[in-house]
Amino acid sequence: MSDISRRKLILGASALGGTGLLASCERIGEGGPSRGGLYGISERLSFTVQRFLLRHQPLVREFAPDAISAVFPTINTTDPDDAAYRRSKEIGFSDWRLPVRGLVANPAEFSLADLKAMPARTQITLHSCEQGWSAIGGWTGVPLAHVLAVAGLKPEARFIVIRTVDGWWDTYDLFDALHPQTILAYGMNGGALPIAHGAPVRLRVERQLGYKSLKYLASIEAVDRVDGLGQGRGSMVSELGFSWYAGI
Amino acid sequence: MTGREDGRIRHPAWVRATHWINAAAFVALAVSGTAILLALPRLFWGETGALDAPAWIALPLPVNLEQTGWGRNIHFLAAWIFVLNGLLYLAWSLATRHLSRRLLPDADQVRPAHIAGTVREHLHLRGPGPTQTRYNVLQKLAYLAVVLVLSPLMLLTGLTMSPGVTTAIPELFDLFGGRQSARTLHFLCASLLVAFLAVHVWQVLANGPAALMRGMTIGRRAPAAEPARRHEREAKR
Repeated sequence: MSDISRRKLILGASALGGTGLLASCERIGEGGPSRGGLYGISERLSFTVQRFLLRHQPLVREFAPDAISAVFPTINTTDPDDAAYRRSKEIGFSDWRLPVRGLVANPAEFSLADLKAMPARTQITLHSCEQGWSAIGGWTGVPLAHVLAVAGLKPEARFIVIRTVDGWWDTYDLFDALHPQTILAYGMNGGALPIAHGAPVRLRVERQLGYKSLKYLASIEAVDRVDGLGQGRGSMVSELGFSWYAGI
Repeated sequence: MTGREDGRIRHPAWVRATHWINAAAFVALAVSGTAILLALPRLFWGETGALDAPAWIALPLPVNLEQTGWGRNIHFLAAWIFVLNGLLYLAWSLATRHLSRRLLPDADQVRPAHIAGTVREHLHLRGPGPTQTRYNVLQKLAYLAVVLVLSPLMLLTGLTMSPGVTTAIPELFDLFGGRQSARTLHFLCASLLVAFLAVHVWQVLANGPAALMRGMTIGRRAPAAEPARRHEREAKR
């Protein structure tokens, strides 16, 4: 399973012109999210040390199916109050489309069927929330690296912006976006992804806290810098005082 | 109970500096840690746990989900200060042999009769007497436990709650039995450190706080202790 995904990572990386670019993404300096003051310093320290520890791109620990939690909490939006979303939900998301745009050679819109036809990855992982709870769930989806490779990610792309139906948005550098376990999940615990967990498609970013794994995906955009988005802090939750980098 | 202000334990500048930096970081960690804890005042063993999952201990605290933002910001800033300052202290302690000379119990202090005597003195709330020129054995063991056991455990259990660090070092899960086990141990060790702080502050207040505070701030002894110092100088000649 991990071999296939590693191949996807290489596929994604080769579409970028080699692994050199991956390495250079360890810097978030130029065009990256900014945060001033002492909290900015400590967040950068944690980020830098963790990127060093993770420099060989290890996978997070995966569990056997019998470890899956009976209770997997759902927080924040659990059923988006959006007219278009409700209509789409009624017809099984058959009209749902995920646009992939920005710095890609072939901007495209993928349907749920398109994503399901792509190489799939299933991973049973520990989800940890900044509130302190944790639960084990099984996620099935297509690696984001594969989708970006299909769309032809351009070499100048350095960040991926993801927006959701319920108005959340977050950004990821390619170090995380192209990791084999970063997937667009349409399945959970062997079934379809439940509404409360972000149907039809949610993101899984396994090496960070749950708030980076956005639910109800609406669009994907490749950019070269994120400092012009919103307040320049890199995500919606950063503007509420949380860290952009949530590996801690 | 006047023993320490006559005593000859003096604190070099680096001990005083790291002591107060650590004190500030610890208070910030304890306050912000409590703020984070309020989002889930329940403790679990193993990898998983949640508000509506069976808990090992349900702490009698109100659930408050709104305090984690500032709580986490302060916690990780203070944690960096705590860790870097602690490493500096440890390196300096080893290099200057402060740890072995000041904090390791002396040979006579580890005899069962001596330990029993010191325990008895403490149970009777009696000070060690005016001739003390070193930390008593219980004090030394408490300091060593804080420096070499509880503080490293706080750091390691804290890191076991980090999804990034545990991806790089999954052995941390095996060491502590899972993310929630680590969280529980983090809380228990923090409780012991707070208990240590309470006793530490009480001992200062009970043993001549003015002189002890002077000793840990400007590093000089109280004027009342002058005779002892003169005696010390004469003894050195």
